[in-house]
Amino acid sequence: MTTRPIAVVGASAAGITAAEALRRAGWTGPLTLIGDEPHLPYDRPPLSKQLLHGAWEPARLMLRTAEQLAPLDLDLRLGTRATGLDVATRTLTLDDGQRLACAGVIIATGVAARTLPAADGLTGVFTLRTLDDALALRDRLSGGPRRLVVVGNGVLGCEAAAVARELGHEVTLIGREPVPMAAAVGPGMGELLADEHRARGVRLLTGEVAAFEPAAAADRPVQVDGVRLVDGSRLPADLVLLAIGSEPAVGWLTDPALDTTDGLGCDAYCAAAPGIYAAGDVARWEHPVHGRPLRFEHRMNATEQAMAAARNLVAELTAEAVNGTAEAAGDGAEPPERRPFAPVPYFWSDQYGLKLQAYGLTTGADQVETTVLDRDARRAVALFGRAGRAVGVLACALPPRQLRSLRALVATPVLWEEARDRLREATTVG
Amino acid sequence: MTGRTGRPTAPTDPHGATAMKITLDADKCCAAGQCVLIAPEVFDQRDEDGVVVLLDAAPPAEQHTAVREAAAICPAAVIEVQE
Ligand SMILES: Cc1cc2nc3c(=O)[nH]c(=O)nc-3n(C[C@H](O)[C@H](O)[C@H](O)COP(=O)(O)OP(=O)(O)OC[C@H]3O[C@@H](n4cnc5c(N)ncnc54)[C@H](O)[C@@H]3O)c2cc1C
Ligand code: SF4
Repeated sequence: MTTRPIAVVGASAAGITAAEALRRAGWTGPLTLIGDEPHLPYDRPPLSKQLLHGAWEPARLMLRTAEQLAPLDLDLRLGTRATGLDVATRTLTLDDGQRLACAGVIIATGVAARTLPAADGLTGVFTLRTLDDALALRDRLSGGPRRLVVVGNGVLGCEAAAVARELGHEVTLIGREPVPMAAAVGPGMGELLADEHRARGVRLLTGEVAAFEPAAAADRPVQVDGVRLVDGSRLPADLVLLAIGSEPAVGWLTDPALDTTDGLGCDAYCAAAPGIYAAGDVARWEHPVHGRPLRFEHRMNATEQAMAAARNLVAELTAEAVNGTAEAAGDGAEPPERRPFAPVPYFWSDQYGLKLQAYGLTTGADQVETTVLDRDARRAVALFGRAGRAVGVLACALPPRQLRSLRALVATPVLWEEARDRLREATTVG
Repeated sequence: MTGRTGRPTAPTDPHGATAMKITLDADKCCAAGQCVLIAPEVFDQRDEDGVVVLLDAAPPAEQHTAVREAAAICPAAVIEVQE
């Protein structure tokens, strides 16, 4: 009997971590890693930081060396896209026409950058999700100052704006929300960072894009020349970066057994269906502590969730084997148990010399309190609450020792007042 | 496929008794501090910028599991473990 493989779909942070964790958890059968990008797994956060800046070359982004990959004994299929999954038989369809019947599947296809149809066919309009995106944008940012309009004032747009300013470009950051990054960091922290962007020379605007205006010349392809806003005003632009959020890469998952309303819906074990797990940006799962479905587009979550999903899949397959055949239970070892995935979420962002770091939940809060510790240094903390309990904490430019102590504050939601006192203590001593 | 079966085997620790050597690519560190949470005897962070510091490049066997976990979880692939 030929052994069916475990297939991991998506060969990025979550995918490579899942593959390694499957081996560590004891999966010795065939292991297939499928990724539609041509590159070996690389890291995305530096794309809008060191890579865009020119400080790092792509080689620095590679998550694993060839020597680290070799012992995993992967059937690595790069440049290959999964186009379908039959849930009942755990069978993948690939864009090269192959069908792959699997013992188990881990879905780690992440998200894709959202675009605007109005920008179709124009050159000079970029997104920033992949290495190829970042290299193309970097190329246009080299060789002389340009007028860059960043559409979208979330975390990604702000990071790219900061780098472009540091490189000496004329940068306009436009968003629907008056305060940049307000959804992720809260209004108080957003204001503080807006001050920094303004002080560095970024022009901050509130508005919505109506159209992209092409250069007058009848050259092909047509180069963007300006951005028209809904209020009628026009921003001249040599380059436009669309940083308007992302869409989970679930379009290929059409089996009605799967819930793909916002990413791929999973239970507390990161299982979307029997033998089918998900991890990383694409996965929405029932967080056992917070008691509601959550999906994060954070680098740390990609690794942690991939490790959890891999362990749980191996535990499920082990139990299946034990139940399926008496002889399979031969080694008599206690089968590993599946465990709910209950992380303390973490994310960071770097803008200019400032580091933002957050533990817990900062979105979906009904209460936010920001404390500025040092306005000139932009040192501040913010506490995020929901239904009377503290669920998240965010710090800007906080010393690492103080920061680490904040994690315990929101590891399990505590009463708002108590968390507030503890936060004050943690940020006044030492 | 030679020597491979589809049935998961119990996790083993083939390296348990052997030496471990840790190297860091500290330039890549994003100061997440996860390594310090997992293996505080082996990793620390610089006070000024939070960048990782190695306290013990060849930790004893009882630290090995924690170190492997830290290397796997580090969001910037900073920690390299040789066994
Ligand atoms: C520019 C940028 C900066 C960031 N900065 C930070 C930061 O500072 N801090 C932070 O916490 N997070 C940051 N993030 C987020 C972080 O990078 C993500 O959370 C992380 O990459 C998620 O990993 P993933 O493996 O789940 O998904 P992804 O990295 O999106 O990888 C998914 C992979 O699957 C592939 N794929 C998709 N569909 C298919 C298919 N059908 N078949 C085969 N392959 C497929 C994709 O092409 C991709 O290679 C940043 C992201 C970007 C883009
Ligand atoms: S976990 Fe990685 S990125 Fe975080 S402090 Fe340790 S080495 Fe640095």
